[in-house]
Parts: sequence; C-alpha cells; structure tokens
Amino acid sequence: MKQISAYFKQMKTVTKIDYATYAGVVLAFAIVLAFQSAGLLNRSITGMLVPICCYVCMAVSLNLTVGILGELSLGHAGFMSVGAFSGVVASMSLGFTGAGDVVRLVLALVVGAAMAALAGVIVGVPVLRLRGDYLAIVTLAFGEIIKELLNSLLVGFDENGLHILFNYDGSRVVSDLGLTENGVEIIKGAQGVAGNQRLATFTVGFVLVMITLVVVLNLVRSRTGRAVMAIRDNRLAAESVGINVTKYKLIAFVVSAALAGAAGALYGLNLSSLSSTTFDFNASILILVYVVLGGLGNIWGSVVATIVLYVLPEALREFDNLRMLVYAIVLILVMLATHNQRLRALLGRLIPKRKGAAAHG
Amino acid sequence: MAFLQYLISGISLGSIYAIIALGYTMVYGIAKMLNFAHGDVIMVGGYISFCTTSYLDLPGWVSVVFAVVVCTVLGVVIEGLAYRPLRQAGSLAVLITAIGVSYLLQNAAQLIWGATPKNFTSLINFQVPEFLGRLNVSGVMLVTVCACVVIMLGLTWFTSQTKMGKAMRACSEDRGAAQLMGINVNRTISMTFAIGSALAAIAGVLLCSYSPVLQPTTGSMPGIKAFTAAVFGGIGSIPGAFLGGVLLGIIEAMARAYLSSNLANSIVFVVLILVLLIRPAGLLGKYVPEKV
Repeated sequence: MKQISAYFKQMKTVTKIDYATYAGVVLAFAIVLAFQSAGLLNRSITGMLVPICCYVCMAVSLNLTVGILGELSLGHAGFMSVGAFSGVVASMSLGFTGAGDVVRLVLALVVGAAMAALAGVIVGVPVLRLRGDYLAIVTLAFGEIIKELLNSLLVGFDENGLHILFNYDGSRVVSDLGLTENGVEIIKGAQGVAGNQRLATFTVGFVLVMITLVVVLNLVRSRTGRAVMAIRDNRLAAESVGINVTKYKLIAFVVSAALAGAAGALYGLNLSSLSSTTFDFNASILILVYVVLGGLGNIWGSVVATIVLYVLPEALREFDNLRMLVYAIVLILVMLATHNQRLRALLGRLIPKRKGAAAHG
Repeated sequence: MAFLQYLISGISLGSIYAIIALGYTMVYGIAKMLNFAHGDVIMVGGYISFCTTSYLDLPGWVSVVFAVVVCTVLGVVIEGLAYRPLRQAGSLAVLITAIGVSYLLQNAAQLIWGATPKNFTSLINFQVPEFLGRLNVSGVMLVTVCACVVIMLGLTWFTSQTKMGKAMRACSEDRGAAQLMGINVNRTISMTFAIGSALAAIAGVLLCSYSPVLQPTTGSMPGIKAFTAAVFGGIGSIPGAFLGGVLLGIIEAMARAYLSSNLANSIVFVVLILVLLIRPAGLLGKYVPEKV
C-alpha cells in the first residue's frame, strides 16, 4: 500500500491526469452498464450511447489537430464520412461472404481507420505546408470535396467482389454496376447507404474511446508529441533545433484522421441508413465546439464537454431551434473570455489561484 | 456559340464572387483576419431585400439601399463586439470566433425567417435584346458585371486617393507604425468592415436575383468560393480579388459544362489547393517571407 502511494507521489501531474481520465471513462462505462442492467435507462438514452462514444473519439482526435498541433481543421467530419462509408462497405461486403458479426465490426473499424488515414495523407502532404487561415479553408474545402465525391460514388458487392463506379457526370445508375442476382447494392450515389445491419454496441464504443485515449495521450506525452507541441508554440524555433516540421505535423494529422475514421465507421454501423450530408460542415463545427469548450489541448476536457453538450440538447429537445443559436453565442463568449486580456485579468481576480497553479507562475 | 454562352454565364457568376471577394480581401488585408461571417452577411442582405420588397411592397432600389444600410451596421457591430476584443489574440481564436458569428447569423436567420427557402423575385427584370442572334444575356448578368467593374474601380480609387483609404493601406502594411503616425486603427478597421459588409449586401441582392432561392445557408457556399477567389487572385489585392473572382466563375461554369456537373465545386476547390501550393501569394499578391 505504502509503495503504491509513494509511486503516486512521484508521478508527474500530467500522468496523474491521464490516469484519472482513463479511470473516469471506465467508471462512467461501469455506471452506465449497471444502470442498463437494472433497467433504469429508457430507449432514448440507450440510443445515445454509441453516438456519444463516436463523438468523444471525434473530439479527442480533433483536439490532437487543433489543440496539440495548433492547426485549425474544419473538415474533420470529412474523415468521419470516409471512415463511415468505407466501414459500411467493408461490413456489408463481409456480411455477403457470411463472416461473423464481431469480425465484421472489427474489420469495418480497421478499414474505416485505414481509409481515413489514407485520406489524411493525401490531404496532409500538400495542405500542411500552408499556414493558419489557408490551412483552415483548405480543410473545409476538403470536407466539401469528400461530400461531392461520395455523392457520385456507386458501390456494390457480389460473388465477383467489389464493384465500384464513379458517377462523375450524373448519368450512371446503380444497375450500371452489373451486379449478379445475389449482389448487394451498398452505396447508391446521393441516396447513400440503406439497409445496413446495425452492428455497433456500447461496449465496442467504450473500447474505441479507450483506444483513442491511449493513442492520443501516449502520443502527446512522447517525444513525438513534444516535437508537435514545439511546432505549435514556435515553428521557426522548432525548425531551428532540427525538428522535421512536415513529418511531425503529418504524424499528428494522420493519427487524428485515422481515429476519426474509426469513429466514423462505428457511427455508420450504428445507423441503418447513411447519407453523406450527415457529415457536412455543421458536423465539423459541432465537433470543434466540443473541443474549444473542453479546452484546446485538454484531452479530458474534450471528453467531458462532448458528453455534456451531447446529452444536454437531447434533454432540452423542445428548444431544438434555439440549440445551435445558444451554441454559437457560447462559442463566441468562451473565445472572448479566454482570449481577451482585460476579461482574463478580471476572471483571474475573481477566482483565486490554486497553490499549484501559483507555483508554476 | 455554346462556349461563348458558358463564358458569359461564367463571367457574370464570377462577378458576384468578385464583389464578395472584394469585401473579403479588404477585411483580410487590413484586419488580418478571415471573416468567416462574411458569407452570412450576404444572406442577411438577401433577406432584408426580400422583406422590403415582398412584405413592405417597396421598390427594388429602396430594398437595396435598405439592405446596404442594415448590413453595414451589422458588420460594424459584429466587428466591435466580437472581433475588436480579440485584436491581440492569436489567429486561431479570432477564426473560431468568426465561425461562431457565422453560426449565430445563420441560426438567427433560421429563427426569424424559418428554414424553408424563400422564393426571391429578381429585382432586375429587363431583358437584354438578343445578342448576336443566339446568345442569351439576362439583365441580371449585365447589371452584375457592370456593378462589379464599378465597385472595383471605386475601391481602387478610394484606397489610393482618399485619406481613409490611405489609412487603410497604412494599417495593412504595418499596424503599429500606422498607429504611431496618428492613424486611429480601430476606426479604420471598423470602416473596412462597413465597406466590406455594404459590398456583401449588394452581392446578396445580386446573388438572389441570379439564383432566386433564399435560405439561411444561402451565403455560406458563395462565401467560401469568394474567399477562394480572393486567395486565387492574391489576398489583400483589390484587382486580384476581381481577377480571381471572374476566373473562378469561368472555371466553375466550364467545369460544370464540360467536365462534370456533380463535381463542379470540387474542381473549384482543387484549383484553390493547386494555386496555394504553386503560388502561395496568389496571382497578383506579393509574397512576404516570414521573419524571426
């Protein structure tokens, strides 16, 4: 016992926070499971569990780009949609071959992550050379491009394997895929996916959240993570001590994209029908709001903010029209409160500094 | 003949982009911020014009004046409340705030006017007599192109000849030095926002006359494309925004006609990415290397 407490004492504060984050997520999972088995949760709450897990992963992974790397990405939902569609294609194709549910689910997540990572590389290599606002607008453009590409994609699966058609001039229809009688139509252009088997479960969602947290927190606390944060704080200084800026930016960006892809695959497998408009610019902004309100660079903040902001509006359904308006106002106010020097000084006087915070200056 | 027709519609569409891009480029050049809410000011301008013509039954030109006044006030208020307190903050904070403002405007519009699209009746109804036999040139196209050229020339004159215009150029060059020379930076930036928002109102009316569907998200896509145009032409440069806007309109019309109707927006954005990679400062912009 003494050894354990001694071990805790010599731990760094950040390590303690990381462990507390894991413990909090596990605890929340256990509590929800206990409530569920006691039959205390109604359908509307159980229906929210998997999307919450997906959005937690989205927020944590976006925090890696925006908070840790310091580059504003407005196309995070684009990676989510790449993951969702490729995950659903993988799952439905495997379902045709008669694979088991668990195999399908795991492979769908892996395929979703891999395809999103690929998209991350394709976007990241040219785009990460840009700075600040330009990068933001290009990631936004990327999200729109993904949406249009998915809208003109026709995919089906039969005994002969995958059939993919690219409907660039709007003249092709699903029957042009040339599927055999038993074949399944998976993506039907702008109509998206229909008849998807819902494989996602809360437990898988929890596992995905834990994987995301382990990946992101370990990355942030590693040598790579310190290099990434050095680039964020001062790119020129980081470059001058020999940090390969492009490489580390790309690592953070691609990891973030891959995690978003896995989250998207899970999200897709939680819905029976799916269309690319689900993952539009608004979805990207919603996730950005979670990240900003949770605190840029603060991983557990993203987790808490996502859960609170996802549950709260659902609970206040009748104010649905006002929800986004309130979001917008809160977003502006938080930015003003945290970035205006006068307001910050005022807040600093109101809230006395804790001992630890004072010691760090 | 078909090619000429596409070219004409591309130029007129591009002129709308150019008017929006002029507002973007002014604000970006002087306040050094990406005013994400610019596209939504366009939408507000469209709605104001719609309301004055269809609810109050006022003539078209009154509605344009009304839209310009409301949007100018709106732009100055947004700048004063949301952007001015963040003058010293990093660009990420300002950008996120601007996104918040854009969202606020969209959702406020949705609350006030509802999400169902309104059918905007075009303010410009006259027909141009048939041109060269088969070319179809509508009144809106002609007015748009003329308005765009006039605005571009007017802004060029304003920034190069007037006192306020010179103050704007000084602020864009070096804000600190401009302040030391006795220029009121805050007032100059407010003025920039006022001009940019007035242009957005005009663009809003023209855009809605061009494609008559008005809804809370009407402005966001043209806003993004206009930013693309501003970057294409070299952000901060007034002739650049004009050139970028017109070229972008032509590219979009040609892509829609000859390459793919489904992917026209994607092609426009790919052009943006290519331009940024090959000429980061745009066609007419000047490249400023980063200093330690």
